[in-house]
Amino acid sequence: MPKVTIDGHTIEVPDGTTILQAARMIGGDVTPPAMCYYSKLKTSGGYCRTCIVKVTKGSEKDPRPMPKPVASCRTTVMDGMEVQNKTAPDLIDARNGVVEFLLINHPLDCPICDQAGECHLQDLSYENGLSKSRYEFKRREFEKIDIGDKIKLHMTRCILCYRCVKVAEQVCDTRVHGVMNRGDVAEISTYIEKAIDNDFSGNMIDVCPVGALTDRTFRFKSRVWFTKPMDAHRDCSKCCGKAVLYMSGNEVLRVSARKDMWGEVEDAAEGKPGWICNECRFEKKEVKDWTIEGPRAIDRHSVIAQNKYLDKKNLKIDVSNQKQIQEKAHN
Amino acid sequence: MGRKLLTQHINVPGIRNLETYRQHGGYDTLRKAFGMKQEDIVEEVKKSGLRGRGGAGFPTGLKWSFLAKPEGVARYLVCNADESEPGTFKDRYMMEHLPHLLIEGMAIGSFALGCRTSYIYIRGELMYVYHILQKAIDEAYAAGFLGKNVMGTGWDFDLFLQCGGGAYICGEETALIESLEGKRGNPRIKPPFPAIKGVWDCPTVVNNVESIMAVVPIVRDGGDAYAQIGIGKSTGTKLISACGHLKKPGVYEIELGVPVEEFIYSDEYCGGIRNDKKLKAVVAGGSSVPVLPAELILKTANGEPRLMSYESLADGGFATGTMLGSGGFIVMDEDTSIVKNLWTFTRFYHHESCGQCSPCREGTGWMEKLLHKILDGHGTLADVDLLWEIQSKIEGKTICPLGDAAAWPVASAIRHFRSEFEEYVRNPSAIRKDHHYYRVNNLNPELV
Ligand SMILES: Cc1cc2nc3c(=O)[nH]c(=O)nc-3n(C[C@H](O)[C@H](O)[C@H](O)COP(=O)(O)O)c2cc1C
Ligand code: SF4
Ligand code: SF4
Ligand code: SF4
Repeated sequence: MPKVTIDGHTIEVPDGTTILQAARMIGGDVTPPAMCYYSKLKTSGGYCRTCIVKVTKGSEKDPRPMPKPVASCRTTVMDGMEVQNKTAPDLIDARNGVVEFLLINHPLDCPICDQAGECHLQDLSYENGLSKSRYEFKRREFEKIDIGDKIKLHMTRCILCYRCVKVAEQVCDTRVHGVMNRGDVAEISTYIEKAIDNDFSGNMIDVCPVGALTDRTFRFKSRVWFTKPMDAHRDCSKCCGKAVLYMSGNEVLRVSARKDMWGEVEDAAEGKPGWICNECRFEKKEVKDWTIEGPRAIDRHSVIAQNKYLDKKNLKIDVSNQKQIQEKAHN
Repeated sequence: MGRKLLTQHINVPGIRNLETYRQHGGYDTLRKAFGMKQEDIVEEVKKSGLRGRGGAGFPTGLKWSFLAKPEGVARYLVCNADESEPGTFKDRYMMEHLPHLLIEGMAIGSFALGCRTSYIYIRGELMYVYHILQKAIDEAYAAGFLGKNVMGTGWDFDLFLQCGGGAYICGEETALIESLEGKRGNPRIKPPFPAIKGVWDCPTVVNNVESIMAVVPIVRDGGDAYAQIGIGKSTGTKLISACGHLKKPGVYEIELGVPVEEFIYSDEYCGGIRNDKKLKAVVAGGSSVPVLPAELILKTANGEPRLMSYESLADGGFATGTMLGSGGFIVMDEDTSIVKNLWTFTRFYHHESCGQCSPCREGTGWMEKLLHKILDGHGTLADVDLLWEIQSKIEGKTICPLGDAAAWPVASAIRHFRSEFEEYVRNPSAIRKDHHYYRVNNLNPELV
């Protein structure tokens, strides 16, 4: 098993582990941000370049440093490798540059964006962005389009992470959308505005790190931090049926898959990602459709992660008594 | 006169046709190759010291020896004929006139590497060359140099000509492979490299047209004979496509090591600067490599004469040197505006970025807009600094080298010609009147 040292923390990892995965095992500050990599989607990663790190020692056998920063999500560790992330100022500078590139054409219309509060780009710019944009030209814009009656594509906010394309390829029956055009006018598109309509397409919303793909059934209903996320499950013949309900009072405003601290869908069973089907996501919007397990702790540093309501001692979760939940949730 | 290994028969009337090509020794080398062991052919290519002519200059023999050879898995040789680098037009010229030389090279290479199917991926805009090549391939099939049981040796070999998708990025070898497979031409993230997983996930070698053509004289005369031409690690001959303000622009086959000064000024080659103007700057290896001012292209920083070789052109690193690249030799006279020229290049990279990775997708457009602003007379000194910073944030942080190729021209122009940028900022109208070259179409006509 190769040993790798990242920002001074040494860890032994299984063969084939990437630097990013190793850093996640160590946890904390050592972990580079990743906007396009998604461990549950094959061939994801490598595009956004936010996870770049500096390899100061290649391996025990070949200790030469790597000449350029490498994408940690796509570089496997070698025994004796030494990596710098937060401890290398020049690397942080390079990453800030990547973040600036991601932002120059981004609308930053967070106040009217459904993703705000759980947006990875917001987090990223908070940590690595400049307070003022140096970009003075007109920003790129696209028309908003509806892809099917449940999903809204707001291409202007897309960072071309390719995750939704991989979901369509790997989770859905057929892929009816992809990337068209090239360079800075490349766009996610369904070609001839074909509706994306198959049982698992809704997962594209969950993997989208920004507000480019949003749930039309939740659109403008609430700021996400005003909702109470609850773990819930139901018997579903199509998917694992394990979800998070974003509730307001007795109302289920939105249903999503369960996401871990990296924003990725949790495994429903060992090695099986808990993707949920469109029926659970879009059709089951009543409390009676679900068995509520309890409040969901959201382990991320964005607004929604405040989990303020968890502290309220008198919030007791009585699964048999939905009415009580309703009252408490209103607090 | 320098020796000509590739172009010696290029002016023979009818050399495009199989019969004439054969009268001048065509396909004799393929016959010779069949008498050799496959690994011996690879060995000759190694000995020759041939370096990839597509731009990166990686030793071809070494690349061939890296090809994975798992049992029962097909292997492919792919010829990169996507030539789209601004300033580079040697492959087109060669294929147009000597299509059979490429076919013969492909057959020898494929035989040496144990391929049964190979591809030529030709730039989509070169339709007329496509037809010339396809006709030559048909001739070669009919004559038994391709197809089943080639020349009675029992070796079956198919050669396909694939028309490119119309993007510069499809010349990057992994984007080329994607495009060849019928997908969007996005560069792949490496590793795995094509030598392990290339076309249809099988081991693949991708080589430039000129590299493959050079294999013919190497196998014919032996690797040692080839290695005697040239200088140091720059062996053999190289095609240079010379353009710009020259008396005689065109494609020249040079022995590597010719002094740059001789190449520009001698009558054997470019014949000097048009209208006897002064030389201002040269982009020596296609638009992607750093531009050098006259004094640094003619002599290295140590005052030694600069030679047309991989090493000499790179002498001094990027601070005072450049690269041989693909051999696209762009010459600019004293009247040329470096800033306008740079804008043209940057506009090209902005247009050609595939858009996969953030620094190149966003940065190329940003640089173009800033250059446009400076040319339009609205630039500030801070914009020049910002340009410098943007290029540095792109370089080395992208999936494929197109990001570097977009950054280097900007970096070198500012490094060597900063004062010219500052002139545009300080006194825009005065400068613009003199510079008719690279007319900028969508600028305010009153200002140009
Ligand atoms: C953006 C880009 C465009 C390229 N275009 C070409 C091309 O048109 N022709 C070519 O031979 N090589 C091109 N290359 C280089 C190829 O990736 C590859 O290195 C080359 O085909 C290898 O052949 P060689 O070893 O014979 O030089 C390009 C590289 C990049 C990054
Ligand atoms: S995607 Fe994120 S950063 Fe962009 S507008 Fe929405 S919340 Fe803001
Ligand atoms: S729509 Fe979202 S998931 Fe799809 S590429 Fe854009 S940012 Fe990524
Ligand atoms: S560097 Fe540019 S062309 Fe190359 S993969 Fe990235 S975006 Fe595409």
